[in-house]
Amino acid sequence: MSDRVYKVYAIENGTVIDHIPTPMALKVVEILGIGSGGVFTLGVGFQSKRLPGGKDILKIENRVLSRNETDIISLIAPNATINIIREGRVQEKRRISLPESITGVMLCPNPNCATNMLGAPRKFRLENRSLVTYRCQYCERVTGVISENLVSPER
Amino acid sequence: MSSFSGRSIISLRDMSVSELWRIVEASGEVKSGKHPGLLSGLGVASLFFEPSTRTRLSFESAVLKGGGTVFGFADPGSSSQKKGESFADSVRTVTGYCDAMIIRHPVEGAARMASELSSVPVINAGDGSNQHPTQTFLDLFTIFESVGRLEGLCVGLMGDLKYGRTVHSLAHAMALFGARMVFISPSSLAMPPHVLTELAESGISFRVVSSPEEAQDSEMDVLYVTRIQKERFGDPQEYESVAHSYRVTRETVAVLGDSIKIMHPLPRVDEIAEEVDSLPNAIYFRQAHNGIPTRQALLGLVTGGIS
Ligand SMILES: [Zn+2]
Repeated sequence: MSDRVYKVYAIENGTVIDHIPTPMALKVVEILGIGSGGVFTLGVGFQSKRLPGGKDILKIENRVLSRNETDIISLIAPNATINIIREGRVQEKRRISLPESITGVMLCPNPNCATNMLGAPRKFRLENRSLVTYRCQYCERVTGVISENLVSPER
Repeated sequence: MSSFSGRSIISLRDMSVSELWRIVEASGEVKSGKHPGLLSGLGVASLFFEPSTRTRLSFESAVLKGGGTVFGFADPGSSSQKKGESFADSVRTVTGYCDAMIIRHPVEGAARMASELSSVPVINAGDGSNQHPTQTFLDLFTIFESVGRLEGLCVGLMGDLKYGRTVHSLAHAMALFGARMVFISPSSLAMPPHVLTELAESGISFRVVSSPEEAQDSEMDVLYVTRIQKERFGDPQEYESVAHSYRVTRETVAVLGDSIKIMHPLPRVDEIAEEVDSLPNAIYFRQAHNGIPTRQALLGLVTGGIS
């Protein structure tokens, strides 16, 4: 099974994100803002011991994601594994954790928030790590993370 | 050196206990006449994107009494907003005309956004249902002035605790001073769980009761009363019965003890009987008047008139 995964397409340089719960890989593409440019390969619906509903794999070519970017992935895929590939080899295995702050990629669910009404930039700070809640820096309301509220940073 | 000089005042969440103390102390200094003309030569913009006559008059009077000048608009109908200018552009423009900016806006987070666009300090005079920090500062000053301390008090909050921005902020501030709290409201207007969670997480003990008499043995130092709005009830009869049980009379004061102080952010309707006004326990008019020295002190701190 996992043999097939790596047969999909091996990359020389870039970032491989494994163990994304199916079908969230496209959401990861969206919040990383790579949908509008760059080369990536997406594998969807592989069997996984860890993820009974299946897993997706995303390979981004010629781009090493920053820690901020990979931590953002934990909002969607807390158990994702990150491999940084250099010249065909795994150069770094990276663990991810919830980011202390989120800028741009999350919408505030409060319709009367300055981010929704006045064009304020979207900024949240981690409120509670175990409950996975964030506080909007404008309306100051606390919100959980739901994938519908995660968007491309360019939107 | 003041930590306030040049700083915007947006939310209680940005304030430490020592900063709250400094504001209370400075308010007392202003009230006792220690800083005459602390705003002289300064121009303060007062931008009210929604009308709020009491708050606006209090701020504008504070500026004038401090020797400053004040200009702006009282409601959005008279502003360039009507012509479609964006909020951000209004702030970017006005920041070049003034030394400090007072903003009232119906959108939550508007004042924070303004403070990020402005080169002069912004003071939040209310942003939707979010924050109204100067109300809390004047409440703290009034409590300190009347009770003589802020630490270790027992504070009762009564009325509409669900929608009341004022009581949420006051609860947050009193928690910083280690208060015990008693929440008195009809169950449909109870303190929301997120506020209770925050208090519990900061180690604050509180009690939830359904009438002031039930709180008799809590030995409250302060009872803070807020208005219960008719609109919150579908059934007018239900409103009448609720309004009746959350009304403070001379009898209530007698039950709660001689030393209790009764506060109210005003305007009141009939949640405090007029017969209470003449009691020494009634401090709500003094509370309203304290808005002037408190706002003067705050403007002085952020513009450097008080160090
Ligand atoms: Zn918000």
